[in-house]
Amino acid sequence: MKPVATAPSLPRSVDQIRAEFPILAREIAGRPIAYLDNGATAQKPEAVLEAMDRFNREHNSNVHRGVHTLSEEATRLYEDARRTVAGHLGAEAREVVFTRNVTGAINLVASAWGDANVGPGDRIVITEMEHHSNVVPWYLLAQRAGAELDWVPITDEGRLDMAAFEAALQRGPKLVAVAHISNVLGTINPVAEISRMAHDAGALVLVDGAQSAPKLPLDMAELGADFYGFTGHKLYGPTGIGALWARRELLEAMPPYEGGGSMIHKVSKDEISWASPPARFEAGTPPIAEAVGLAAAVEWVDGIGLDAIHAHETDLTAYALARLTEVPGLRVFGPPAGDDRTGIVSFEIEGVHAHDVSEILDRHAVAVRAGHHCAQVLMERLGVAATTRASFAVYNTEAEVDRLVEGLLDARKVFEL
Amino acid sequence: MDELYREQILEHYKRPHNFGPLEDYDLEFEDSNPFCGDEQHIRIKLDSDGRVAEVRFEGSGCAISTAATSLLSEELAGKTREELVRLDKAFVLDLLGIDISATRMKCALLGLKVVKGASLGKPADWEDEGEQGDPTELQRSGI
Repeated sequence: MKPVATAPSLPRSVDQIRAEFPILAREIAGRPIAYLDNGATAQKPEAVLEAMDRFNREHNSNVHRGVHTLSEEATRLYEDARRTVAGHLGAEAREVVFTRNVTGAINLVASAWGDANVGPGDRIVITEMEHHSNVVPWYLLAQRAGAELDWVPITDEGRLDMAAFEAALQRGPKLVAVAHISNVLGTINPVAEISRMAHDAGALVLVDGAQSAPKLPLDMAELGADFYGFTGHKLYGPTGIGALWARRELLEAMPPYEGGGSMIHKVSKDEISWASPPARFEAGTPPIAEAVGLAAAVEWVDGIGLDAIHAHETDLTAYALARLTEVPGLRVFGPPAGDDRTGIVSFEIEGVHAHDVSEILDRHAVAVRAGHHCAQVLMERLGVAATTRASFAVYNTEAEVDRLVEGLLDARKVFEL
Repeated sequence: MDELYREQILEHYKRPHNFGPLEDYDLEFEDSNPFCGDEQHIRIKLDSDGRVAEVRFEGSGCAISTAATSLLSEELAGKTREELVRLDKAFVLDLLGIDISATRMKCALLGLKVVKGASLGKPADWEDEGEQGDPTELQRSGI
């Protein structure tokens, strides 16, 4: 058994943190909202709202090439934002490409890297627990290139079947694409181990960090992957921005993705040469205020500490898993409480469809998500059409989990169970 | 009494009418709600006049979609394919007799969507809003 490390605690109380989120004061049906839909999008603290507002009021201008004060300020803020994100990832700024979200990041890799490196008969390994954003771009690439997808199954407990993964690696794939944390099961996949195994087999690794960026301390060198994508709005930042981190030599070797302004070195009628990364992959005017907002979100998160956020959410998850056993007929999906499970709890209640559960929880001002969570292959594996999902953030409390349980008991009552 | 989950709705959800397989059928259609993954598969047997003789549906869905299709299935006997295609949103909402929010509208109308698909033999141009759709669709489908 591993020694129990002392969990880092939050630098200020959850109540103080909550007070930084204006929307958490919203009331629904006469009660303060218990927002447990953070896996879909997290709320934004004042620090993010203010940073974006200040940019728009005081510094708004287009970036790059403008030789006037506002443009210089906007350019500096945009490139500072890149440095902030890079620092957060333990990476270099030139390895960070701003994208519109993680979907944009994965599509960029599937097109720019994929089209140049994947051909007929090549294999790409993905897993049964992937979000559609880490399935469909590879499916499209496989169709274009005549390549094959290999699916790594999950165990009944909701972990990756590592023996099957090893077997898939023996077929010599070009790339392994895997979620860091499952958006349905809350499973934390052993990405460092996966990367080592994949590299030994000659494959690159792309990590979908949509759920892990807001939940785990990150260091790209430690992670050992080749590509990591995340999205800003799940990290307490704005929508419309995310980032792709990729190892420098990979980015440098990749052809452009979209064509447009800013991504060129020189354009003539006969010949176009490309800008160096990351500019090569940022055609057109980027989401500037959003980059500023994302940087503010990253700084806000780092001010609290992702290790402390992770400990808080993991405790809350364990509390939720324990309390949910009080609801008759409720079945939770994913691993039991432990080191490899955090922040996300999906379940079904026998006799009440996920949509109806969500509708009744809304009457209790408890916001959850119901449906297939863009993971239909996983739904099929779990043998359900839909689940209800509660997903936590740093501002959630045990009292909110209690309200979730109260709402679930009411759902059973409404359905006369 | 619950406004949305009225006794009749719960009754049709828990014990849907005309639910199950149908071995001998003339029309069938399956569709899903892309937002939640709910699926319904309907099979219809026509009589010698081309009118609905028997209806059965299968699938998994929420209380609203299951109850709506269960209620709808009881109203189809004797209708022609053309009459099925012409059924509209209001018809289903009247049967349900409850207020349906915008987010649940797709649940309420999934059954109507598969009924229309079955009678056309293909997905109806008519989308999820339950409008009558393009009137030439009937001719183009040879109904």
